Amino acid sequence: MTPQPATTPPELKAQARELNFHYGAFHALKNISLPVYNEKITALIGPSGCGKSTFLRCFNRMHDLYPDNRYGGEIRLFPDDVNLLSPDVDPIEVRMRVSMVFQKPNPFPKSIFENAAYGLRVRGINKKAELEEKVETALVNAALWNEVKDRLQEPAFNLSGGQQQRLCIARALAIDPELVLFDEPTSALDPIATASIEELMLELKEKVSILIVTHNMQQAARVSNNTAFLFEGDLIEYGLTKELFVKPHNKQTEDYITGRFG
Amino acid sequence: MKSSHPRARKRRIKEGLIETGLLAAACSSVAITFAILYILVKESLNFFAEVPLFDFLTDTQWTPLFDDAHFGIITLISGTVTTTLVALSVAVPLGLTIAIYISEFASPRLRETIKPILEILGAVPTVVFGYFALIVVTPLLQKIYPDLPGFNMLSAGLVMGIMIVPYISSVSEDAMRAVPMHLREGAFAMGATRLRTALTVVVPAAFSGLAAALTLGCSRAVGETMVVAVAAGMQPNLTMNPLQPAATISSFIVQVSLGDLPHDSIGYKTIFAAGLTLLLITLVFNVIGFWLRQKFREEY
Repeated sequence: MTPQPATTPPELKAQARELNFHYGAFHALKNISLPVYNEKITALIGPSGCGKSTFLRCFNRMHDLYPDNRYGGEIRLFPDDVNLLSPDVDPIEVRMRVSMVFQKPNPFPKSIFENAAYGLRVRGINKKAELEEKVETALVNAALWNEVKDRLQEPAFNLSGGQQQRLCIARALAIDPELVLFDEPTSALDPIATASIEELMLELKEKVSILIVTHNMQQAARVSNNTAFLFEGDLIEYGLTKELFVKPHNKQTEDYITGRFG
Repeated sequence: MKSSHPRARKRRIKEGLIETGLLAAACSSVAITFAILYILVKESLNFFAEVPLFDFLTDTQWTPLFDDAHFGIITLISGTVTTTLVALSVAVPLGLTIAIYISEFASPRLRETIKPILEILGAVPTVVFGYFALIVVTPLLQKIYPDLPGFNMLSAGLVMGIMIVPYISSVSEDAMRAVPMHLREGAFAMGATRLRTALTVVVPAAFSGLAAALTLGCSRAVGETMVVAVAAGMQPNLTMNPLQPAATISSFIVQVSLGDLPHDSIGYKTIFAAGLTLLLITLVFNVIGFWLRQKFREEY
């Protein structure tokens, strides 16, 4: 038997380097450098307006949809080490690899099946058998299949809020993304639906890398491997979740996670 | 302060007067609508006392002013339906395309430039459109179809279509802009292009508003008078061929109203029956539109 190394260094999925972001004159992100590891959950925490959602939305170039947004720096996506923020990179190509789940469930005005199949159709997959197979896999992975398998043709709006959010997760998973961004995915849900989504994220990290923004520190503590604390556009502290929550190095981090502000 | 204080009493009286005034203003429009309905129905009943309803609905000629009078409303309806269909075949694709462009593609600056221009198009008097159809569009069409008569439904319908484009595009654009941004972002995040997002997410999400735009356009086209009166000819003609001249319900009413028919003649009474028919047709469109809005309304 060959000796195994005690700890395998975690593999990088993405690396932000000196990321700066401006909304008009407002400097929303200041020189942020942060790694995102493969098959791990990285959580971004911080009070409202700290820039965590802004940071997340850089990863799929969502900011390109709006004028007056400027950004600089790099986000390298591995294994091919491509800079997602480069002007030469088509934002649509970025979104083909990095998918996103939003704060509020946003199913499209279509059937359950067509919602889950949306990204596949965008990618030119229109064969019925292939669509059916991938939609089923995605719905199984999003823990929704058993609830909807007999009513795939019903409008997605008939589902409950928690089911709609899991459908949005299925939609994001169907395209086999390399990285999934979650922008406060449970903030519009009740505690039971929240618990099922958290459970789901823990299963998903076996397959994909996850970057999640959350308002809820317990959530970050429960699901994530690594946590970054942002405050007023600065990255204050980053580390293993179990260390950051137990023994924060920074006074501001400590104040925030103990609920003294935020 | 006691409520019997003179100042309080004065205020209450003043408020009461204002409220009554506002109520009267609100009631007046309802009252006028009912008055119109009353006149239309009453005069139509006089008409149907002389002309059986069956003949009105099934006769294939409309010659109320001739000695051998016929009262087949279907002749006028064919003209109304044909010009409306021609108009909608122009207005719906063009109006929707413009709405999609303004709502989903145009920069804010461009949008603020295009919208007022479109609204000016909606403010051009319809009689001007009528002459535009007769003097410009018909001669152009005659270069393609040399046999086209000087008065025809095609030219009138096309121009009427251009005329209602601003109505359709403006209501549609409002409906599409009301679709919440997070729905669009969902589609963009999946890698959809702007066009795909517009067609597969925004348009279905705005469907109830688009249905409203469509019914508004229909009602406008059905009731439109001057363009068809000027450019489509006023001969009643039972045909659905847009290359033919024909009279519509509205243009017939204009024709008779402008003439000097005695008030108790049957010819005079026909305009009320025709007017009632027109009202019923637009009512049907409005009911369909209302139903579509209810059925497809989505809450986000």
